[in-house]
Amino acid sequence: MARLLVTPATGALPVTAGGMTLSLTDPGCITSLAPWRGAGMALSKALRAAHGVDFPDPGRISTSGTTRCLWAGRDQAFLVGPAPDSAALADHAALTDQSDAWAVMRLDGPGARDVLARLTPLDLRAQVFEPGHTARTLLGQMNAVLSRDAANGYEIMVFRSMTATALHELTEAMKSVTAQGGADPSPG
Amino acid sequence: MRITCPLCGARDRREFHYMGDAVYLDRPDPVAPAVAWDDYLHLRDNPAGETRDLWFHEAGCGAWLVVTRNTVSHDVLSVALADGIRGGAG
Ligand SMILES: [Zn+2]
Repeated sequence: MARLLVTPATGALPVTAGGMTLSLTDPGCITSLAPWRGAGMALSKALRAAHGVDFPDPGRISTSGTTRCLWAGRDQAFLVGPAPDSAALADHAALTDQSDAWAVMRLDGPGARDVLARLTPLDLRAQVFEPGHTARTLLGQMNAVLSRDAANGYEIMVFRSMTATALHELTEAMKSVTAQGGADPSPG
Repeated sequence: MRITCPLCGARDRREFHYMGDAVYLDRPDPVAPAVAWDDYLHLRDNPAGETRDLWFHEAGCGAWLVVTRNTVSHDVLSVALADGIRGGAG
């Protein structure tokens, strides 16, 4: 599949504050997989054979090496990393190249959860949103895909046109959490 | 207010868009008399108590949901995917 040239939407990253870092990442290809009606199982089998990952359960991520498959909504997942094996997958799902549609950032460090808690209504407590979980939710007024991959590490995807707004919101929240003494010491 | 999406789990009301009475699922036949269409499009009950609405998990999974709730107690009694549900009155 042809890859559009992805140019970073900003040169302002990484931003650091209070031991936290907000950085831009290059996720590789992002391909939306929307199984045809009744083809979910067949798609998952084909995904496993072609890319080593499963079609994930709601809110989950299937990972194999640098290849990830993120649940992305009802009957939708994003294959992130490699170019999709279209010949193997297209019989079972609609494939859409979304590589250039998203800005992908990471927020790492103690206090990352407190920063996100200022911006999203998602319940970020560890017993609800564990490492390996993903959610479509809101970041401020923006639709976002939030994934947690470490105790203090989150991936944040927003529509590319929203990059500047997301950076502004996240940077302000990082400064604010830092100014108020850093991470909430409560567990999770 | 929180709505427990069958796919996403308990989520804040801000993630959802309210559409209206679940009677919208009970679309009349195209050749039904005008009075049936008038009823479907315009006439709504305003219950003090249990009601069924259509909500869209707009900032979440993108699913349409049928939410049964109580307009007096504000309890959310059940949430189901609208897909496959026929009949707003059921
Ligand atoms: Zn949902």
